[in-house]
Formats: sequence, structure tokens, C-alpha cells
Amino acid sequence: MENLVDLSRLQFAITAMYHFIFVPLTLGMVWILVIMESIYVITGKEIYKDMTKFWGKLFGINFAIGVTTGLTMEFQFGTNWAYYSHYVGDIFGVPLAIEGLMAFFLESTFIGMFFFAWDRVSKKQHLLFTVLVAIGSNLSALWILVANGWMQDPVGTTFNPLTMRMELSSFFDVLFSPVAQAKFFHTTCAGYVTASVFVLGISSYYILKKQDLPFARRSFKISALFGLFASIAVIIMGDQSGLYVYHAQPTKLVAIEGIWETEQAPVGWSIFAIPDDKGMTNKFDVKIPYVGSLILNHDLTSPIIGAKELIAENAVKVEKGREALLMLEALQKDRQNTQLAYEVKANSEYLGYGLLLKKYTNDLNNVTPDMIAKAARDTVPGVFPLFYSFRIMFALGFSFFLLFLIAAWTSYGKNSSYEKKTWLLKWALWWIPTPWIACWAGWFVAEYGRQPWTIYGVLPTYQSASSLTSGELIFSLTGFFVIYTALLIVELWLMFKYAKLGPSSLGTGKYHFEKDQVK
Amino acid sequence: MEYEILRFIWWVLVGVLLIGLMVMDGHDMGVGTLSPFVGKTDLERRAAINSVAPHWDGNQVWFVTGGGAIFAAWPLVYAASFSMLYIAILAVLWTLFLRAPAFDYRSKIECPKWRGMWDWVLFTGSAVPPLLFGVAFGNVIQGIPFHYDVDLRLVSDAANPIMGFIALLNPFALLCGVVASAMTTAHGGVYLTLRTEGAMQKRAQKAAMIFSLIAIIGFAIGGLWIGHINGYIASNLDPNAQSNPLVKTVEVVQGAWLNNYKLYPFMIVAPVLGFVGLIMSIIFNSKLKSGIAFIFSGIGMAGIILTAGASIFPFILPSSSVPGSSLTVWDATSSEHTLLLMLVAALIFTPLILVYTSWVYKIMRGKLTTARIEENSHGMY
Ligand code: HDD
Ligand code: HEM
Ligand code: HEM
Repeated sequence: MENLVDLSRLQFAITAMYHFIFVPLTLGMVWILVIMESIYVITGKEIYKDMTKFWGKLFGINFAIGVTTGLTMEFQFGTNWAYYSHYVGDIFGVPLAIEGLMAFFLESTFIGMFFFAWDRVSKKQHLLFTVLVAIGSNLSALWILVANGWMQDPVGTTFNPLTMRMELSSFFDVLFSPVAQAKFFHTTCAGYVTASVFVLGISSYYILKKQDLPFARRSFKISALFGLFASIAVIIMGDQSGLYVYHAQPTKLVAIEGIWETEQAPVGWSIFAIPDDKGMTNKFDVKIPYVGSLILNHDLTSPIIGAKELIAENAVKVEKGREALLMLEALQKDRQNTQLAYEVKANSEYLGYGLLLKKYTNDLNNVTPDMIAKAARDTVPGVFPLFYSFRIMFALGFSFFLLFLIAAWTSYGKNSSYEKKTWLLKWALWWIPTPWIACWAGWFVAEYGRQPWTIYGVLPTYQSASSLTSGELIFSLTGFFVIYTALLIVELWLMFKYAKLGPSSLGTGKYHFEKDQVK
Repeated sequence: MEYEILRFIWWVLVGVLLIGLMVMDGHDMGVGTLSPFVGKTDLERRAAINSVAPHWDGNQVWFVTGGGAIFAAWPLVYAASFSMLYIAILAVLWTLFLRAPAFDYRSKIECPKWRGMWDWVLFTGSAVPPLLFGVAFGNVIQGIPFHYDVDLRLVSDAANPIMGFIALLNPFALLCGVVASAMTTAHGGVYLTLRTEGAMQKRAQKAAMIFSLIAIIGFAIGGLWIGHINGYIASNLDPNAQSNPLVKTVEVVQGAWLNNYKLYPFMIVAPVLGFVGLIMSIIFNSKLKSGIAFIFSGIGMAGIILTAGASIFPFILPSSSVPGSSLTVWDATSSEHTLLLMLVAALIFTPLILVYTSWVYKIMRGKLTTARIEENSHGMY
């Protein structure tokens, strides 16, 4: 069973990471296309149309695999997380279905128009199509992140003992959950940063190679400015996300920050440490005073509860959860007993903690203190990986801000100097892969940090998986890995080929590699 | 609104989504299946591919939204069908994966070997999924081996995953697969007849007729066969009760899937639509009135899907090993609150989707000649 759950987690993680190679570029690129095409519509200069078409080509190569890998995600909750789907489908299915109705239809219908309707509609109408694709893809991010935000902080729901599942009580709470909103803005802005670095880096390459300069300069400047705004927003929204983690998921917070003991304010911030998960302490710790309190809860007076105290609190909840589960069992045998039903409802907030015990025993009448201690210890995820993945994202976040600040500063204004700054152009070029690293690190923080829960405080990961065999999982895992890798190789090959070729790939006859050919 | 009525509306809505899927995604799958055969040259194949190029992605969303809607409205069905048919669902997904890169990447490189390879990739991605849908449907009609334990956790009763998968490929299910595959291919053929010209149009027209005939014959055989397989009858089912599949009792009776036609004789409309639609489609297509033929083949497909759904009503996913664990329209839905909320969402967005989809088709209408492909070689697939 444990093996099966781990394989299911691995499969979800791999397929989600693959999906998120393509997602951020789609989310951001589409707005850059909107900007370029708007300039074309306003000024009527052909070069902006070529820019829209060329960057659109790269966008299309990326989009195809984004759609493909998204298909897996849509069905994987059913195939691999059947109990999860049963237990929370009443809530979780709603944003997923609305995402299809409201966002995917819009995005995918008009993406076809973006590519194929250039000579069939007016300029303005075409721009409208591009805007609709942008709105569609960003709405899709909204709905899926509402779903994910709900998993992090399950608001607006109640347990129903008759159906043995969680049911929706307030859609409004789910949709306007501050956790979900912060997640939406942080993640979409991360996508804008990703696309900006991508366009900035490739434009820098053309400038370095001295190919298609008027084309490259304009692309550089647009992405530099867009990226500057996006990188500021991602930092602000990251800070907001952290604040909500502090309130909604204390166990994740202590893991991110490596806080084992409860600390009185003002709390310092560890910039470097060697967390030791076994010994529950940091072997080495470099702290900046005051900063911890400032960024974690924006307040210099409240203490921050440490991991050890949280574990002790959770041990009490596990015991209450055990009792609640026993009541529920009794209720299954005696469905008419209203008193019992009332008590199950009153204690339903602890059910999830009780389920944590099922990793250690199925017999809830004979639970040892050792089992309770283990279940409670499980509620704090691995500190070492979280501490560092968060810091990677954090450091990269500031590096993007710096990069875009310099790029924008030196490219706007009278005496623009960026074309002579080879170090800047090379930096932009070599920095292309880093936003993906930041995104992955971010998702790792969010998802691994939620462990041991799939629904925080409600449903443990260990309980969520389908009853499959390990053989089936190994089969599917291998299949996904092989197919996805093959697709990724083809995608990257085409991407490199077209990126190197540049606007010459449009076949207009105007650009660098076409000039020697007589048309 | 009463829970019972809401639940029934959602049965209809899921049916509408499935029909939408088969009609919309079906025709581009048909085109993908036929393109290596009706297109003899690269330009002809490109004409076929470009007839659906602007639309296939939007059409595929019927599939995605179908999944999402089943998740939201029938979470138990979503969980049970996809986890219990694990390997079959993977096969559908893995072949579907092939379509996006095949459409998008095929014409990005001029090499004939590259293009030839993607033609077959597109064929696989277009031909296999409808076949497997049909096979899956055929198995749902016969029941799938699973049950629930007291915590409502799903347990598979198949001997083992490999045998479980092989058992799916039984004769009745394969027949359903053939019908699904033939009707989508025919539908794609009609669409190609509408959008192309010359020799290629002739080939598409012929293919459409052959596959429509296969679908008609297969559907008729299925109708005769169904009287001889096991059907399920539920008792003790309260359409207004909370969703818990372990409360009812279920009996297995040979031929029981025909009972609904005795109870509600008007239901005969569904199979009649199936036959009439396909026959009219052949007639109009033979006169090159392909637009009308396309509508009729859509009606035919709708009739066939409705027939399958209505025959097993109120069941959605019968269990062959522990019939009491079967899922029905009355005990596998989400809560009343969620169903109502989703109904509002569907009522707002479905008309909008239909409007802008039609608009987009209208913008892109007209024949795709090989000359146009040549002129726009860099802009088209
Ligand atoms: C923050 C954004 C984001 C996140 C977290 C996810 N996706 Fe995604 N998804 C998108 C943003 C996106 C997108 C930008 O809309 C895509 C990516 C590239 C693309 O082509 O559209 C997309 C495509 C895409 C598609 C194909 C849609 C189509 O055919 O047009 C499906 C079915 C999903 N996704 C489903 C999921 C599921 C079930 C996820 C969660 C487990 C998920 N995505 C995570
Ligand atoms: C596309 C971006 C995403 C990435 C890169 C990502 C990454 C991950 C990772 C690394 C894991 C494994 C965590 C672990 O088991 O230690 C995981 C698990 C999971 N994630 Fe995500 N995730 C993404 C989006 C989502 C979204 C949007 C949802 C829900 C709406 C979601 C739901 C889940 C579920 C159900 C699991 C499996 C159970 C679990 O291990 O907790 N993920 N994801
Ligand atoms: C320095 C600034 C940043 C801070 C303070 C920050 C903070 C955070 C926090 C606290 C989370 C976890 C939220 C949760 O667990 O629910 C998170 C997640 C994430 N971060 Fe960042 N982040 C920063 C920069 C970045 C950058 C530059 C990127 C990418 C370009 C990025 C991409 C992500 C992603 C994709 C997630 C997962 C989705 C989510 O939970 O919102 N972050 N970030």
C-alpha cells in the first residue's frame, strides 16, 4: 500500500512537472503577443505583425504539448486518486468543470483563429481573438488554482456521514478563498516572468548574432518592461502567499523556515542553515534578526509556533480524530441514531487527523501512544528539502527583478546602451532556463509542503489513492515517462530550430536568412 | 427544484456532452483517420488536415469538459470508471497525446519522411480513441467487476490487471467499438466531402458511405444481441435520497436492458433516429449535399448514443461482480447544492460556447483547395 501511494505520488509529480514546463510560457507569452499585436493595430507597422506571428509560432510549438500534458492531469484524479475523487469530488469537481466550460473552450477555440484567421478577418477582429486566447488561458489558471487553493485550505465544506464524503456548503468561500487568490496571482505572474525571460533571452541572442536587429530590439524592449512589472508582482504576491501559509498551514511554514522551537518576537530569518529532520534541530544556522517576523507575519510582536509545539498539538487532534472515526463506524451500523450523527458532525474537523493513524493500524480500538506520536510527527513535512527549494525560488525571484531592471533601464530612454553590454545580453540568454527552476521549486514548496495531506487537515495522501496494483503503476509511470520524454525532445528540437532561424521562418522574404535567396 | 429532477437533468446534460464530443471531436478524428487514405499527395493530405486545423483543439475540449462535468456531477462514476478501467483509459490518453504534435509539428519540417511519420501518428491518435470509447461503452453495458467496502472505498474484482484488460476485449464490446469507430470515420468523411474538391472529394464521399453502412449494420446487430446479454434491475432506489450506492438491491436478468422500451415505448425514438440519421446522411452525401448530410450523420450519432444511455437507465455503471455496488443516476451524484450550481454554470456557458464555435466555423468555411495550401505554405499546417 505504501509503495502504491508513493508510486502514485511520483506519477502525479512527474506528470504535473511536465505540464508545468509548458503552462507558464503559455500564460505569459499570450500577453506578450497581445502587446505586440496591439502595437501593430495602432501603428500599422508590419514589423509588429511579423513579431506577433513569429513569437506566435514558438508559442504554438509550446502550446501543443501544454494541451497534451493537460489531458493527463484532467483524468488522473479519477484514475489514480479514486478515493480522493470520491471523498471531495462534490467540491473539487466544480472548479474543474467550470474551467472546461468557461476557460478551455474559449482558449482552444480561438487559438485556432489566432493561427489561421489572419487573412479572413479585420485587424481588430484578429486582435480580439488574441485577447480572447489570453483571457481563456488565464481563466483556466484561475479555476485550477481555486481547486488547488482549496486543497491547501479547505474552506466552505462540511462532512456528510450519510454519503461518507465532504460536500460543498459555500461556493463563494471556495472561490474567494484568499489562499486561492494569492496563488492565482503569484502563479500567473510567475508565468509572465517566465515568458519575459524567454523572449528577452532569445532577442538577446539575435542581438549578439547581429541578426534581424530591428526585430530583436523591439522584442527586447517589450519583454524587458513587461518582465519588470511581472517580476515585481511575483515578489509581492509571493510575500502574500507566505502570509497565508503562515495562517492556513503552520506545519508548512515551520518547514519552509526551519523553525523547530517556538520563538518569541522578534524572530530572525535563517538565510542559511542545515536542518536535521531526524534530530529536529538545525545543525548550523545563520540568522538575520527581525526579518523573520517582518516577512512571516508582518508584525514584530507575535511569537511563531515551532514544529515541536505543533506536533504536540496535533497529537491531541489525532486522539480526538480516532474517537470521531469510531463514532462514525458506529453510525454506519446504526444509521437512525440522531444523537450519534450529531456528535459525528460536531467532531468532524478531527476526522482527518484520525485517518492519519490508518497508516499504522486499521484497528482503531487498539492504538498505542507510539502510533499517535508517529502520526503526529508525520504532520510536519521534510524540512531540509522545503527550506532549500523555497530559498532557490526566493533568490531567483530577486535575480529576475535585477535582470529586468537593468534591461529596462538601459533600453528605454535616450542613450540606450544595452546593445553594447554583451554581459547583459549573455546573462539574459543563459538565464532562460531559470524561471522554470523557480516554478518547479515553488510547486515543490506548495505540494510537498502540504504533506502528509492531499486536503490539508482533511484527507491524508496515504488514504487518497486508487486501489490499483504496483504493477499497473509501474506500467503507467514508464509509459508516461517514455512518451513525455519523446514529446519533449521533439518539442525542444523544433523550438531551438525555429528560435535560431528567427523571423526568417515566416517566409516573408524580408529577414536575415532569406536575404541571399532571390524570391 | 427537487433533487430527483436535478439528477435527471444532469443525466441529460452528460448525454449532451457525450454527443457533443462525438459530433465535434468525432469529425476531426474521422478526418485524421481518413487523411492518409483519401489524400494521395502531400498537398492533398494538407488540405484534409487544414480542414480541421483551426478547430480540432476547441473540439477536444468536449472531451476535457466531459471529464470535468462527470467529476462534478457524478464523482463516484468519475472515480470508479477511470480507476477500474485503468489500462484502457491510459491507452485512450496515450493515443490522444499524439494528435496535438501531429497536427502542429507535421508541416513544420519539409522532409517527406518526417511528414509521412506524422501522418501515421495522426492516424493512430484519431482512429484508436473512438474505437476504445466504443469498447469501454460496450463493457459498461455488460457491467464491470468492482465493489465498494464499508468506507465506500472502491475495490476491483478483476482477477488481475492484465486479464482484466483482456476481458474488456469481448465480442459485444468489440462490436460497440466498431460502431463507434465507423460512425466517427463516416462523420469525418462527410465533413471532408464538404470541405474538399475533385478526386479527393470523391474518395472521401465513398469512404463516408462505406463507413456509414458499417455503422448501420453494426448498430442493428447490437440491437439484436442486447436481448441476449445480462441486464440489471434495481429496487429500493429512492431518487431523492443522499448518494450512497450501498442502499439499493440489484437483480441481474438476461435481456433486462430491453425493459425500458416496454415501460416507456416513446424511447424507441432513439434507435430510430440512429438509423434514419445515418441513412439520410448517405442519401444526401451521395448527392453532394454534404452540409445537410453532416447534420444527419450528427443526428444518427446522437441517436446511437442515446440508445445506449437510455437502455441502461437509471444505471450508469453496473457492477458485474457485486451488482449491489452498481452506480445509478439516483445514488452516484454529487450533492443537490453542487448539482444546482453546476446547472447554472452549464446554462450560462453552453449556449455561449455553441455561439462562438459556430461563428468560428463560419469564418473558416469554404473549400480547401491544394492551390490555397501552396500559397499559404508557411501559414498553414
Ligand atoms: C497555472 C496554471 C495551470 C495549472 C496549475 C494547471 N494548468 Fe492545465 N493548462 C493551463 C494552465 C494550468 C493552460 C495555460 O491553460 C494550458 C497550458 C498550456 C496550454 O496549452 O493550456 C493548460 C492545458 C490544460 C489542458 C488542455 C486544455 C485544452 O485542450 O485546451 C487540460 C485538460 C488541463 N490543462 C488540465 C489541468 C489539470 C487537471 C491541472 C491540475 C492538476 C492543471 N491543468 C494544472
Ligand atoms: C502544474 C503545476 C503543479 C506541479 C508542478 C505540482 C507538483 C506536485 C508534486 C511535486 C507533487 C508530489 C508531492 C509529494 O507527494 O511529495 C504533487 C502532488 C499532488 N498534487 Fe500537485 N502540482 C501542480 C499542480 C497541482 C494542482 C493544480 C493540483 C490540484 C488542483 C494538484 C494536486 C495534487 C495532488 C492531488 C497530488 C497527489 C497527492 C499528493 O502527493 O499530495 N497539483 N504535485
Ligand atoms: C522572492 C520572491 C518569492 C516569494 C517570497 C515566493 C513565495 C512563495 C510561497 C510562499 C509559495 C508557496 C505557497 C503555498 O504553499 O501555497 C510559492 C509558490 C510558488 N512560487 Fe513563489 N515566491 C517567490 C518568487 C517566485 C518566482 C520568481 C517564481 C517563478 C518564476 C515563483 C513561482 C512559484 C510557483 C509556480 C509556486 C506554486 C504555486 C503557488 O503555490 O502559488 N515564485 N511562492
